[in-house]
Amino acid sequence: MRLRELLDRMAPHVAPGARHEKWYALYEAVDTFFYRPASVTRTTAHVRDGIDLKRIMIMTWACTLPVLFFGMWNIGFQANQTLAEQPALLLAQDGWRLSLIGLMAGFDPSSAWDNLIHGAAWFIPIYAVTFIVGGFWEVLFATIRRHEVNEGFFVTSVLFALTLPPSIPLWQVALGISFGVVIGKEVFGGTGKNFLNPALTGRAFLYFAYPAQSSGDAVWTVIDGYTGATPLAIAAQSGVDGIIAGGFSWSAAFLGVIPGSIGETSTLLILVGGGLLVASGVASWRIVFGVFLGMAAMSSLLNLIGSSDNPMFAMPWYWHLVIGGFAFGMFFMATDPVSAAMTNTGKWIFGALIGVMAVLIRVVNPAFPEGIMLAILFANLCAPLIDYTVVRANIRRREQRDARP
Amino acid sequence: MNTSTSAKPRALAVLFAPVFENNPIALQILGICSALAVTANLKTALVMSVALTLVTAFSNLFISLLRHQIPASIRMIVQVVIIASLVIVVDQVLRAVAFDLAKQLSVFVGLIITNCIVMGRAEAFAMQNPPLPSFLDGIGNGLGYSVLLIALGITRELFGSGTLIGYRVLPTVADGGWYLPNGLLLLPPSAFFLIGLFIWALRSWKPAQVESPAFRMAPQVREQEP
Repeated sequence: MRLRELLDRMAPHVAPGARHEKWYALYEAVDTFFYRPASVTRTTAHVRDGIDLKRIMIMTWACTLPVLFFGMWNIGFQANQTLAEQPALLLAQDGWRLSLIGLMAGFDPSSAWDNLIHGAAWFIPIYAVTFIVGGFWEVLFATIRRHEVNEGFFVTSVLFALTLPPSIPLWQVALGISFGVVIGKEVFGGTGKNFLNPALTGRAFLYFAYPAQSSGDAVWTVIDGYTGATPLAIAAQSGVDGIIAGGFSWSAAFLGVIPGSIGETSTLLILVGGGLLVASGVASWRIVFGVFLGMAAMSSLLNLIGSSDNPMFAMPWYWHLVIGGFAFGMFFMATDPVSAAMTNTGKWIFGALIGVMAVLIRVVNPAFPEGIMLAILFANLCAPLIDYTVVRANIRRREQRDARP
Repeated sequence: MNTSTSAKPRALAVLFAPVFENNPIALQILGICSALAVTANLKTALVMSVALTLVTAFSNLFISLLRHQIPASIRMIVQVVIIASLVIVVDQVLRAVAFDLAKQLSVFVGLIITNCIVMGRAEAFAMQNPPLPSFLDGIGNGLGYSVLLIALGITRELFGSGTLIGYRVLPTVADGGWYLPNGLLLLPPSAFFLIGLFIWALRSWKPAQVESPAFRMAPQVREQEP
């Protein structure tokens, strides 16, 4: 194998003490990306498996691809549809993206190609900035702190990019991913030691730092001068009736042809990608079901309580599932193995906490239309406590059992 | 520090050691509450710095003067009485001279009474040392507190609203300029991040301040034998 020979020839130059020692982190990342690492577990492990952290992360990354491509198509579809309805807006647009799109495709909302190209012109720069800036911090810390560059960043970058509104300025993307990677992860020692989900940390930073560019009504369609609320924002004002009156059916929200963050709209494809993730054992089914059951229980409870002036109280669980970022958060964010609870019982509690909190924030808190991001970050903070309680309860139970005569 | 040398270098050490060597916020992690609350703009941060420096210095001075008279069993009460009197003086002066600022600072001037830095210096330094070094120690710790508050105030006001002490420095988008203010910096939690980054920078500069790790992870893998 040529590649193997090439890597082997490089190995002595980056070995400890050699001339290019400081590049070891980068060498190791490439090496173990292509080949199985040469390290074996020394401590008492009971599972023999070829999968390691890198394979888990690549698997997660691959599972986001359906959502990613649909997200690109949907950016274009929403934009082209708006342009088809209001052709005058096309003249008001400017920027390099428009000329680029004009070179390769048109603006026909019924053409999948046109939509995909239009979406790609917006999404690919976002993803590229995320990857380059975040990757820079990752490699910088790996080189200085002498830990390995981890494929965890593949996941962080794609998840972060998919949670953004499509029209976000690229410098904000750079700032957000820098905050997520450095403050959310590297200051605590890198992958495996972060107690918060780095992608969500970066997203939360943008949410609080630049609310005008990452929430509200004007950011979800990439057309200047056009404002269109997401179904979730409409629901906060006028409930499910308002969503339907606004022209969004449940099936449209399920399929994902609605405005929203890039990766969050299509519940169907999130179920496909996330389902694969759960089926392959990478994502914990306990967390996913915990989130779902917590959401369903809390929204049903609020349905029963009812409210005369807050229409969100009446929103049924199957609407909560398909609007906003709930499904995306449930499958891809809550299941982050590092920041979630570790024990099996803990995973149920952790998941249910997210579901309950997400609905509570959506329904009861008027300041935030979406609750899943804050709910997951909140549960991340509680995860060590949940695990501690579960472990202590188990120890106590066994002590009592063994104390019996 | 060699104690046998003349009193001057020791006085200087007492005065300046709390700025970076033994910073009350960055190393002792005291006085965080007011550092989060009053640093959204530089003006309140400055006023708070001056107020706390004065209170710490004079409470140290008076407590040190009375240190042989204060009965050990009720020393805390006596210290609080002295500190509270000084805080009330500062508060009243502030209301008389700058009422708007006093309103912006709201309870935080009053809360200097419970500020751990003031109590800490009174108990740890003024009770054991003569009046003059105690006074300098109070000034020094006030300076240490001020350095951090001013750094936070500058960062938060400059990048959070594009101004410094109310004067426009970065023209904001809302006024037709280019700078988009970072709203997170106006929220108190941002001071947590900034204090953390400050501590990070300080400890990279002075590694002696780095705490020893609470635990180390055992290595779990080894290279495979060929």
